[in-house]
Amino acid sequence: MAGSLAGFLVLVLAVSICEAASILQPISDSHRSAALELFAPTDGSFGSLEETYEALRTFEILGIKKKPDITTGSCQSVSETLGLSSSTTEDLFNALKVNSILTCNVDEEIFQGVASRLKAVVNDASSLLDFYYSIGSLVLIKDQTSKVDALLGDADGIFRSIKALSQSDGRWRYSSNNPESSTYAAGLALEALAGVVSLASSDLDQSLIVTLKNDIVKLFDSIENYDDGSFYFDEKLVDAREHQGPLSTTSSVVQGLTAFASVTSGSINLPGDKILGLAKFFLGIGIPGNPKDFFNQVNSLAILESNRVSVPLILSLPATVLSWTKKDQLKVKVNTVLGSSAPPLTVKLVRAFISGSKDSSVIKGLKLKFDPENAVHFLDVLPKSVDVGSYQFVFEIVLDDSVDKKVYATGGQTQVPIFVTGVVKIDNVEIAIVDSDLGSIEAQKKLDLAGENSVSLSANHLQKLRLSFQLTTPLGSIFKPHQAFLKLRHETKVEHIFVVGNSGKQFEIILDFLGLVEKFFYLSGRYDIQFTVGDAVMENSFLQDVGYVELDLPEAPEKAPRPPLQPVDPYSRYGPKAEITHIFRAPEKRPPKELSLAFLGLTLLPFIGFLIGLLRIGVNLKSFPTSALPATFAVLFHLGIAAVLLLYVLFWLKLDLFTTLKALGFLGVFLMFVGHRILSHLASTSSKLKSA
Amino acid sequence: MTCLGACTFFVLILLSEVVYMAIVGSFPFNAFLSGVLSCTGTAVLAVCLRIQVNKENKEFKDLPPERAFADFVLCNLVLHLVIMNFLG
Repeated sequence: MAGSLAGFLVLVLAVSICEAASILQPISDSHRSAALELFAPTDGSFGSLEETYEALRTFEILGIKKKPDITTGSCQSVSETLGLSSSTTEDLFNALKVNSILTCNVDEEIFQGVASRLKAVVNDASSLLDFYYSIGSLVLIKDQTSKVDALLGDADGIFRSIKALSQSDGRWRYSSNNPESSTYAAGLALEALAGVVSLASSDLDQSLIVTLKNDIVKLFDSIENYDDGSFYFDEKLVDAREHQGPLSTTSSVVQGLTAFASVTSGSINLPGDKILGLAKFFLGIGIPGNPKDFFNQVNSLAILESNRVSVPLILSLPATVLSWTKKDQLKVKVNTVLGSSAPPLTVKLVRAFISGSKDSSVIKGLKLKFDPENAVHFLDVLPKSVDVGSYQFVFEIVLDDSVDKKVYATGGQTQVPIFVTGVVKIDNVEIAIVDSDLGSIEAQKKLDLAGENSVSLSANHLQKLRLSFQLTTPLGSIFKPHQAFLKLRHETKVEHIFVVGNSGKQFEIILDFLGLVEKFFYLSGRYDIQFTVGDAVMENSFLQDVGYVELDLPEAPEKAPRPPLQPVDPYSRYGPKAEITHIFRAPEKRPPKELSLAFLGLTLLPFIGFLIGLLRIGVNLKSFPTSALPATFAVLFHLGIAAVLLLYVLFWLKLDLFTTLKALGFLGVFLMFVGHRILSHLASTSSKLKSA
Repeated sequence: MTCLGACTFFVLILLSEVVYMAIVGSFPFNAFLSGVLSCTGTAVLAVCLRIQVNKENKEFKDLPPERAFADFVLCNLVLHLVIMNFLG
């Protein structure tokens, strides 16, 4: 019984954990260990420079110290890629990105060569990807060495030619001859344009930047959202070749937006809740299973953490299940997306209400205290108005410093489901057998659910069984559990479950056996009683065998329904089947070998007699032709017969009928020919002899 | 004379096979049948040859003995082809 109770509690806990999973948590150590698993180099290097960059950047963002050492191999590959004149702009871009983290020892001359090549590409470029890779590479060169001139002379012109690919809804085309517009491309374009701004040798035309800011606002009009307040971008067009998922699309836009915001002065007019929504989207993914998604998530969060538009703050709860018995404190943490500490702020518990009834608040306007040591906002004691049950707590983050309000996005109010658990008192548990007509109590037992119970009752079909109890919460109010069941199980394992209802304070069930005889299939005998009371917020949920009742029911009439067949034990149904033993035909009894050999000799005996006879009488070879030609035919005739007999022996031993018949056909013709010749020769000689 | 002798030998072999079968049973039955029929068939063919080549038998006086022998050889070959096929 203890086992089943423990199992039930585990179930209750699991339910609570599932509920709590909807609350976002900032990046934590589980991300770090997942990163080390996802980005594991094979043979001392990652597949490509792009993957190397993604791994290195992820390790850098997450602050992983114990990363695999791939510096030597990667630097070699960077130098090779930069030195080759056949490298594409994408290769150069990836190599420079790796170099931005590893700072390999690359010659200034190589940078110079690459920079001039890239400038030529920028000036001739027509597709967005060419712009993106070459401008991105030039920005990286500018950051990595101060001696190489990476600045663009005609920045205005390049800006305009990239801008020419934009669409009216803020999205971008990949090239001028491709009419499809894409959100992912918009992100790339914004990043490229940010690069152009930072590479411009002279100040850009400000009107261009203003238009672009408007484009960004338009792009954010197409943002999509989930119910939980997370925002994301998705490609409208589902094209198999260039299709990007919501994660990479959103990541691309975030990169482009933040890159652009960091190189321009003045603010971009974007609502903070959208930025917070983007952060929620990235955090809501959890831990992605593939390196690319993982990088996109972590990189975007890192960018959001330090962006100039607004930095999202995430409110999280270490525990959403609070126990009355343990006097748990309500704790709230506020962090940035990567888990670093937030600026000075106050967390307010705006209100709390019971799940499902929004109108009745149990708490209103409470300020949480701050514990600077653990960076936790907490509530000492739960207010007396909070009883066991499930609640929705609404929090609000209020920044202390008004300057911070422009930098951080707190997203207004956050609603969090909270479970308050406690021990529910069970009183006056009584089980009784009552006479139907008189209403007099035949037998009554009080149950003490804290200990073992073994009630033994007996009843007939004219009596009733009554079970009653009361449930009260720690605060003294009536508690209505999710489950209150009474189960009767017959010896034949036929079970009947009854739901115990309540009228006011009292929970009661009366089983009138007269009305139940049919349902009980007229099965008399011993019924075990099992009593269950359970709820997610009830710490002392239980499932107890309380004893048995001996029922004496009338005989079943002819047409009474039969009790259902009990389900077959799943092991016997799905377990291994009995082994099949194959019966082969028993071999025939063979005679002893000696007997068979004896009879073989016996069959050979007449042949030996024949040979002896030949020796005795002598062979008559008078008719054997003497002249050469007929003698040859005679010999061939005998050889032919021997050959046919030999063929028959072969037929018996190994040949099949078709081969035999083919060979026999040839041999037969031969035998006919020589036989005819020798026999006609013999006939002619004998007729000559006769006539002579 | 030789034909009759041959006939006797075949009948003797046949008898020994039948005795063998009586002792150990008829398995494999097709082998037993082949042996018996081979003996019977050959004996019958030998008897036929003897009838045909007998000079005192006037019924076949126009038939040369060489022709009778050729028939005997051919029939034997055909008989034994069937026997071998039936033997398994």
